[in-house]
Amino acid sequence: MAGLLIKNGRVVDPASNLDAVRDVLIENGKIKKVGVRVKGVGVRVIDAKGKLVLPGLIDMHTHLRDPGRPDKETIASGTRAAAKGGFTTVCCMANTEPAIDNPAVVKYVSDTAKSDGIVNVFPIAAVTKGLKGEKLAEMGLMLEAGAVAFSDDGQPLMGSALMRKALEYARQFSVPVISHCEDKGLSHNGSMNEGALSTAIGLPGFPALAEELMVARDTMLAAEFGQVHIAHVSSANSVELIRRAKRRGVPVTCETCPHYFSLTESAVKEYDTNAKVNPPLKTPKDLKAVIRGLRDGTIDAIATDHAPHNIEEKNIEFNSASFGMVGLETALALVLTKLVATKALTLKKAIEKMTVAPARILNLNKGTLKVGADADVIIVDPGAEWTVTPSQFASKSRNTPFSGWKLKGQVIYTIVAGKIVVRDGKLL
Amino acid sequence: MNKVKSLNRKDLLGLKDLSVDEIKLILKTAHSMKEVIARPIPKVPTLLGKHIVTLFYEPSTRTRTSFNTAAKVLSANVTNVAIASSSVVKGENLIDTVKNLEVMGLDCIIIRHSMGGAPHLAAKNCNAAVINAGDGFNEHPTQGLLDIFTMVEKKKTVKDKKVLIVGDISHSRVARSNIWGLKKLGAEVVVVGPPTMIPAEIEKMGVRVSFNLDQEIKDADFINMLRIQRERQEQCLFPSVEEYSQLYGLNAERMKQAKKDVIVMHPGPINRGVEMTSEVADGPYNVILEQVTNGVAVRTALLFLLLGGKNSD
Repeated sequence: MAGLLIKNGRVVDPASNLDAVRDVLIENGKIKKVGVRVKGVGVRVIDAKGKLVLPGLIDMHTHLRDPGRPDKETIASGTRAAAKGGFTTVCCMANTEPAIDNPAVVKYVSDTAKSDGIVNVFPIAAVTKGLKGEKLAEMGLMLEAGAVAFSDDGQPLMGSALMRKALEYARQFSVPVISHCEDKGLSHNGSMNEGALSTAIGLPGFPALAEELMVARDTMLAAEFGQVHIAHVSSANSVELIRRAKRRGVPVTCETCPHYFSLTESAVKEYDTNAKVNPPLKTPKDLKAVIRGLRDGTIDAIATDHAPHNIEEKNIEFNSASFGMVGLETALALVLTKLVATKALTLKKAIEKMTVAPARILNLNKGTLKVGADADVIIVDPGAEWTVTPSQFASKSRNTPFSGWKLKGQVIYTIVAGKIVVRDGKLL
Repeated sequence: MNKVKSLNRKDLLGLKDLSVDEIKLILKTAHSMKEVIARPIPKVPTLLGKHIVTLFYEPSTRTRTSFNTAAKVLSANVTNVAIASSSVVKGENLIDTVKNLEVMGLDCIIIRHSMGGAPHLAAKNCNAAVINAGDGFNEHPTQGLLDIFTMVEKKKTVKDKKVLIVGDISHSRVARSNIWGLKKLGAEVVVVGPPTMIPAEIEKMGVRVSFNLDQEIKDADFINMLRIQRERQEQCLFPSVEEYSQLYGLNAERMKQAKKDVIVMHPGPINRGVEMTSEVADGPYNVILEQVTNGVAVRTALLFLLLGGKNSD
């Protein structure tokens, strides 16, 4: 493989605290050199003048639906959606069919990613067998097979004793348990945020408290028993609970998703099932609190919670529709448009939350452009405005509430281990 | 004086979306229709050749019969799709069902569904007029309209009148349609029930919340009693039927505190002995059967206005 020299781009590498015009030389799939007026011999040159050169993004919360639901997504299609969106690494959740709850399925995902995938895929294994919340899955063996963390995402671990055991047991591996915080008794059959709007449009409410109570529980358990990572934080009280826990030194990290800083519950006002998501979209007050949490570091990472669903599960009655939205192909542009352009976050801070922060949480040797690192690199045109057009998604699913939105920031190149997989915004 | 002469809309999905003028037009037209219905031969040819279907995903006697009668007054053809024998049990989704009905030449689909927003989904996906005959606990606009029609008939206006809506407000589409309509027409609305049956932030719909029926009943002009579903007991919304009726039911003793000319309403079917005793259900202040008659008038007016009629008087 010939080397690559990316010239004159604005290189932003939060891990090395760099934001400057630099050249990046890639050889043998690794970052060889970052500097000014770098020369390469026999390399292919990409002129990145006026563009951003960033570490490839890492999504620590993706549903690839593989094995089991090839109608919604596969490792092949999901990694292509990732590449188009600037993600060179995705960590896929265990709620597949069958679940990633034993070493064989972990190996299936890793092997299929190698043969069919075009970006790095790290499986997140189930905490409990069958995600049933009853018996611990073989955590150690699944780690050996290639898993990077544990989560029953989609299903909360309702039993506090079991959650305690999971945190205690995972501690020996220094790997976090990722918690989908939802008190099932409180969320019941709710389909949108409980409040004035759910009352006004007659949909069953899903109270913010369902998330917050479990955030409170899990941060308290983490203080005693081990590291927890809170998935998809959506509410003001959750942010505050995590802020206080961190202040006390509790080993807790957390993520939010682009929809929680881009949308409020009013997106479901006309019963738009593409905006039906778990946890549900909340109020403007919550949205502001999420942004504040991102600013002050309470929220460590931005993840997509990419949740592909077919039209059969979305173009139906709101109560019956599945929760979730695709996110890989819109996340970066939403971050640039809603957080960076608005000056809520600096570009460096924003990129940190999509690269080195998730890498640190999951102990991945990724997310930086330091010399010697894997050459996972993206080139982004920060000024390019584009319209979200679901029919052009590489994902097999189209369930996005952002259809028709004009966003700024387009991925031009995606390079995985030195190999170009997206060029001029198109998959190769 | 009405500013509007016709309903310039394809569907009727809820009172939330109607303007004051539209509500007044429907009420006024219903008034004329009531007169038509009272004729020896209650039939006009207005909707001759129009085809209406009732598509009910939930059981109903009253509403469905009422719509059927209304359609027949206007000489429209009616087909009732019985859900048990329909393709729905074969797994057909709502949009496909509606599209199939449409290509059979249906002009109007009257839909009842257990989920809020289902008629909106149907309306978005077909060109036929869609009438919401009750969706989940969102709206039941024709019930709201017939309740308001009955109130106006009894007391000329609802403006500044005090209306109590008593019962399980959380799970009531009747309550929501009443609230939207009544607030638009200037009524004072108080919702009364145990806190477990009051939905979040309902005050933002412009109503007051009370847990004390004895206090509220004294100066009420209308009391709209909602049906209590016994299965809500299992969801811990109330501990027992006895306790519920003691705290929030109407009985002769409690009625003594009310104004002499208070009007008692109920969307039916009544649970005698739960939300009201038989003494009250059959008492002088109740208009429950008149509501049923008015239901036909309101639905006739609505079909007339939606399917091309104009109120020209």
